[in-house]
Amino acid sequence: MPRLATRLLGEGSFYAAVIALVTFAAFPFYWMLITTFKTDGDLYNLKSNPYWFNAAPTLEHIRYLFHDTLFVQWVSNTALIGLCVVAITLIVALPAGYSLARMSGRGAESLGIGIFLTYLVPPTLLFLPLSRVISQLGLQDSLWSLVLVYPTFTIPFCTWLFMGFFKSVPREIEEAAIVDGCTVIGAFWKTVLPLSVPGILTVVIFAFTLTMQEFVYALTFISSSDEKPVTLGVATDLVRGDIFYWGELMAAALIASVPVAIAYNLFLDRFISGITGGAVK
Amino acid sequence: MTAVAVSVPRRRSWFLLDRPKLVGPLFIAPAIFYVLALVALPFLLAIYYSVSAYTIFDPNYRFVGFGNFLDVMKSDIFRRTLVNTFVFTIGAQIIGLLLGKFAAMLLLREFPGRGLARALVVLPWAVPVSLATLAWQWMFDSLYSVINWTLAAAGLINPASAPQWLGQQDLAMLAVTVVHAWRLFPFGVVIFIAGFTSVPRDILDAATVDGAGFWRRNYQIILPIIMPIVLIAVIFGTVFTFTDLSVVYLLTKGGPMNGTQVLGSLAFQVGIMSGDVAHGAVICLFLFPFLLIAVVALLRVLRRREI
Amino acid sequence: MASVTASDIRKQFGAVTAVDGITLTAHDGEFLVLLGPSGCGKTTLLRIIAGLETPTSGQVLIDGQVVNDMPPRARGIAMVFQTYGLYPHLTVYNNIAFPLRTQGTSRQEIKRKVEWAARLLGIDHLCNRRPRQLSGGERQRVALARALVREPSVFLLDEPLSNLDAKLRASARSDLKQFQQTVRTATIYVTHDQVEAMGMGDRIAVINNGKLRQVGTPAEIYEHPADEFVASFLGTPPMNLIERDGGSLGFRPEAFLPRELLNGSAIVEMPFRIDRMEYLGSERILYGGLEGRVAKREVTAKLPAHVTLEGIHAGAWHEFAVRESELRYFDQEGRQVRQ
Repeated sequence: MPRLATRLLGEGSFYAAVIALVTFAAFPFYWMLITTFKTDGDLYNLKSNPYWFNAAPTLEHIRYLFHDTLFVQWVSNTALIGLCVVAITLIVALPAGYSLARMSGRGAESLGIGIFLTYLVPPTLLFLPLSRVISQLGLQDSLWSLVLVYPTFTIPFCTWLFMGFFKSVPREIEEAAIVDGCTVIGAFWKTVLPLSVPGILTVVIFAFTLTMQEFVYALTFISSSDEKPVTLGVATDLVRGDIFYWGELMAAALIASVPVAIAYNLFLDRFISGITGGAVK
Repeated sequence: MTAVAVSVPRRRSWFLLDRPKLVGPLFIAPAIFYVLALVALPFLLAIYYSVSAYTIFDPNYRFVGFGNFLDVMKSDIFRRTLVNTFVFTIGAQIIGLLLGKFAAMLLLREFPGRGLARALVVLPWAVPVSLATLAWQWMFDSLYSVINWTLAAAGLINPASAPQWLGQQDLAMLAVTVVHAWRLFPFGVVIFIAGFTSVPRDILDAATVDGAGFWRRNYQIILPIIMPIVLIAVIFGTVFTFTDLSVVYLLTKGGPMNGTQVLGSLAFQVGIMSGDVAHGAVICLFLFPFLLIAVVALLRVLRRREI
Repeated sequence: MASVTASDIRKQFGAVTAVDGITLTAHDGEFLVLLGPSGCGKTTLLRIIAGLETPTSGQVLIDGQVVNDMPPRARGIAMVFQTYGLYPHLTVYNNIAFPLRTQGTSRQEIKRKVEWAARLLGIDHLCNRRPRQLSGGERQRVALARALVREPSVFLLDEPLSNLDAKLRASARSDLKQFQQTVRTATIYVTHDQVEAMGMGDRIAVINNGKLRQVGTPAEIYEHPADEFVASFLGTPPMNLIERDGGSLGFRPEAFLPRELLNGSAIVEMPFRIDRMEYLGSERILYGGLEGRVAKREVTAKLPAHVTLEGIHAGAWHEFAVRESELRYFDQEGRQVRQ
């Protein structure tokens, strides 16, 4: 039955392709996972099969990480930075996104695109002069420098996302509120905001992940270990001399990656409609 | 029912907040201020530094005109860096785009485990760059590379002369390009899926009725319709790759012997590690014309789509 | 209780003139309909009266007072939008209570008024539901209750029936009219549906291209249209217009009958070539042409169904006629002239 054979072949190659793809994407994470729990003896043994445990899995790397490094400090730094940056972003981007969503005319369009374009300006263009500005402000080597600078990329992006979300709230509801006795700001507060809570949540999550992923500014501005956010600390401080403590490194990478990965996956659909919703209208 | 609804005091001052013309600019002002202060200003500063002889050790401002630019452009390292940057960007983009499109087409079809597959495919893009790159660094390790182990186990290489992925120039370029592409392709997947699903069902049905087969449907109908989104994604992806410094810095620090140096990492090395702010600024500024082209291209795409 | 006057209102959007000098008054207690095709400016005019748009020139007066500088909430108006504008995240009760809350009314007072409005509109059993759980007709009544509870001087309604099913529209129409007669507040109602306009309005203002064409009672507008546009816009099928001396001669399809049905003198005869016939149950519509006459569109005659006569079928010629008193004359510019 050649028909069946071709179908099986087709299905087979389909699934083979999917597996190949998923392996390519996810293997480094599997590698992270397994390295975290392998003993040093197992890890640094050229003879053993690296794909699976040759000795019993261990928690020693994780313990080391939490007790003998500044990992916990770094995580709390990241949390603090994230919270502050998200707060600043909300305060600035919410009204801006609303204003752009409701303003009519070419001016609004151009302004919206203009703000969105600043997201394109790369940190590698600005990090050098910014480092001078930061030291002039006396913020060098402090995580507050990051709290100050991170909104430069979260604000444009989040303004664009908010613009998309607010545009999908029908104008008539706000106008009804205005006729019913609210000021423009009152109408925004009482009608548009409550209806945009899912959108706002999405933006908060993405702003947080944006701050977590940043590396260049952190690398440039901060050198004291206890001020570092986790993505910087893990990459620079877990190396003694020339020796990489891979067990701890991978453990740290794993622990720090998991929340971001989960958040991204949960909010991906919202995020996509936010981006394309602002563009496909 | 003779009461009239007007019980709000008719004070003039109250009505200021009702004017959209006032509230609108007011709401946007903080965002514009932030952007001007921390994006436009540093950019101007970069220009200012680039025409000076400012270093950390000698922070007096001395104007030297275009001397720095000439210094930089004459440097072999810089030229190598420029070439590398283009090679990485183009290489990573091509691989990332092809993989992204291919993966998107696979993931469009419903199959058991699709949700999990999609979640895993998104990981390279979702996870912070430094952490993901560290995993690759471990995978490329000079002694314990799992890649080499696998190749040796399959009999493809001799373990004694295993490739030094990060230590040999050509291999290092390949390694860095692959890691870039690996980080990029989920973004492509997401964009392609979003694009494919945004094509109205009616158009696809009409094409099928008109006799268009799978490939024709794809390339003559769907692709032109989703081209704007794809172009936007490509432009963003290119800018991010071209200006990236994290992957190179973490994997090779630009080595071996500037073999993988890119503009971003060179600027970091010169401007921060060596403290030569002036020349560092010049290198940063070389990113700008490229950025400008990207912005212009983006604007043209956006305009044609009448957002 | 007040009257509303729009005085020489002009509104430009860039190069487009949406409203071109309209002066209009809705008297206290009156149901005034703004009727016109899509894009004629009627909704813009309504929004200007509401305060949601500012006029380029002209004044809006409520109860004799110029309100141009006042925001909507200070004008004493209430508005029902085309898609009702109900707050999806609030219950019906809170939707209706919303305008009272913004005024800082006390809780007992709010309860009293909301229950009164809900009862008046027959929706008090829905108070705990959300808008998405309601039918179209129910949502409309919630919107009306919300407007009513403010006890406004003027009701502004923007095509509130256009989102309802055709069957529902007729009963909603009579409900609305009754509602207005109970409440007796000046109401300005925007629609493009002339049947609605004729059925509900005390007076109708016909608007086209931003200009006011005619204002009058339904009878005045129907029987004495001020120009060809009004004549054609009202009436289904529209008035027959025959070219004559540079202008036009007009007569309504229901006035165009077989000669044998009309007695008396003062009758103008016209041979009518019947091209096709539509049987609509209660009436028959005949489409065709007149000998030697040029008409703007197919000439139509509307016959009551119980009239069956020999020789009236597709392809036949038959002698038809119109009473002289039913003829209307329009000059070159399309305005009506007496003769």
